[in-house]
Amino acid sequence: MDTESTHSGYSNRSNRHGEQSRRERRKLSSKDSSRSERSVIINTPYGPTQASPNHNSEPLLEVPTSVAGDEAPSLQDDNWGETTTAVTGTSELSLSQEEVVGLGKGSEDGLRQGCRRYAPLALGLCVGLLVLATPLAFLVLPAVLWPARLQACGSACEGLFLSVSCKLLILLLAVWAIFLRQAHASLPRVCVYRALLAILTLLLTLSYWLFYGVRILDSQDEDYQGIVQFAVSLVDSLLFVHYLAIVLLELRQLQSCYSLCVIRSTDGETRYYNLGQLSIQRAALSLLEFYYRDFPLHNPALLSASKHRAAKHLAGLKVYTVDGPGNLAGPAGGSGGSQVGGHSRAMISAAARRRDATHNELYYEEADHDRRVRKRRARLVVAVEEAFMHVRRMQQEEQKASPGDVMDVREAALAIFPSMARALQKYLRTTRRQHCHSMDSIQRHLAFCLTHNMSPKAFLEAYLSPGPTLQYGRERWMAGQWTLVSEAAVTSGLKEDTVFSLRCLDFSLAVTVKSIPYIQMTEEYVDPKSHKFTLSLQSETSV
Amino acid sequence: MSFIPGQPVTAVVQRIEIRKLRQGEHLILGFSIGGGIDQDPGQNPFSEDKSDKGIYVTRVTPEGPAEVAGLMMGDKVMQVNGWDMTMVTHDQARKRLTKKNEDVVRLLVTRKSLEQAVRHSMM
Repeated sequence: MDTESTHSGYSNRSNRHGEQSRRERRKLSSKDSSRSERSVIINTPYGPTQASPNHNSEPLLEVPTSVAGDEAPSLQDDNWGETTTAVTGTSELSLSQEEVVGLGKGSEDGLRQGCRRYAPLALGLCVGLLVLATPLAFLVLPAVLWPARLQACGSACEGLFLSVSCKLLILLLAVWAIFLRQAHASLPRVCVYRALLAILTLLLTLSYWLFYGVRILDSQDEDYQGIVQFAVSLVDSLLFVHYLAIVLLELRQLQSCYSLCVIRSTDGETRYYNLGQLSIQRAALSLLEFYYRDFPLHNPALLSASKHRAAKHLAGLKVYTVDGPGNLAGPAGGSGGSQVGGHSRAMISAAARRRDATHNELYYEEADHDRRVRKRRARLVVAVEEAFMHVRRMQQEEQKASPGDVMDVREAALAIFPSMARALQKYLRTTRRQHCHSMDSIQRHLAFCLTHNMSPKAFLEAYLSPGPTLQYGRERWMAGQWTLVSEAAVTSGLKEDTVFSLRCLDFSLAVTVKSIPYIQMTEEYVDPKSHKFTLSLQSETSV
Repeated sequence: MSFIPGQPVTAVVQRIEIRKLRQGEHLILGFSIGGGIDQDPGQNPFSEDKSDKGIYVTRVTPEGPAEVAGLMMGDKVMQVNGWDMTMVTHDQARKRLTKKNEDVVRLLVTRKSLEQAVRHSMM
């Protein structure tokens, strides 16, 4: 029995039933014997059964000359079904995923990326410098251009100078805090409010320059106090524009009025978040930050089971007309498709029986898996507890007394790790999470737990349940580049029943927006003395 | 007054006829009842057997129609106008006694002293 054969890509022949197709299917499906799934495919003798997307719908046949000699052994091969492995769709898919991920990383234009990241910062710096320089210029220019004719002003001017400098300092710090910090995300479109505020600031400054130029420079005004007051009024207006900026950019979204439902497309993980009035792209950004915190790590290994079931269901019963072209009235193909005549009843009953088999299989498979996981988990817990019993934190006095056999945290972790490594690895393999944790990361986590005096249960929690995406290394995220897919414009605000989705390579997050209802609350005063009680053990009625 | 489960209840009873007194718009009898199958029989101070859920007279207003007719505190009411009172709820008992279209109620009541009196007279 040849389970390691790699026959593929042979020319397609007409469909032969019976032993030959069974044998070919065995060869076809054993191509993926490296897959760890062991499942039995009970195939009907008719037609092709694999739903792997890259194969044609007809079975791959061997060269017919060698078949005749091998037919006899295949007939006697009774347990070929137990050792074949399933062809799932993921074998080809995962390969192509890695390819695309590798391509995707290199395809971004470095220069363009840098431009997009730093352009807002550069623009902000320009506007900020302009804003800083203008009042100073207003103050300095008269002293430079016509110093002789300028009236000296006393303490009032000094007070105004102080206020100008103080307000400029505050304005500078405030502008830096809101606008000039490093952006931690690059959004597809420019934020509308920021653009409007920049335009407003520029307009304000330009109009002040206009007035300055016409009224003061041209006419060479001598009243210096008036000029200083002019400069102070400019700084005041800029401070108020900055206040408007704070309200529009920061405060407006604090009060939550929409509830967003986020569903991951692969495994249906759902979370709900309350957000305020935001544009769609900023809401998407907040949601992605929440995604990295709340959603458990995306695990493609857990999805192969349902794909396998879908493949078997699709590759179900097919109906072939043997009566000729006159009977091609009804829909053909697939399980459940029925033709006219006696075929239909037989088809439906066969399909029903087959469906019974599928969910029966699922039930027993899941029960078996649960039992295995629990068994492994019990062994793991015991192994970890025993390992932790061996290591003990040394007290200060002991340290001075016996300097031999003293280890630091890292060595202690390495010392107790081997006793639990096997149990941990087996458990992770059963729950299909072995790719999330490397040995180095496990040892580091163990050292961390030992440093902080954690119990074995605390150490194990990281491995018993999948944690949020952010806790794993960057290479595990499988989601660095996100695409916002939306029917409405991404700079428009959130509204009731807005739907958009965030797509990355492997999966997508579908987001639905619902508004929080208007809550009408009334009050009712309860006098604390009004709580009175009687005991009704034996009621007595007077008649 | 004790009852044996499965056997009919036997008791020595006294027939008391009370004429209702009109007070304002109410017809009153002048006593209070307690007990009933929906009440807690352990709280009954008058019953001999603390699992007895019958209707007992808990108070008799002085100079009222009930006292005049001879009703005493602690009596157990067995029948009212022919209606049984040993297996009724408290509210049903109240309703039987306070029917507006009846002017007179004929009660069958029992008390411990009645049985003793009969036993003495037989000896």
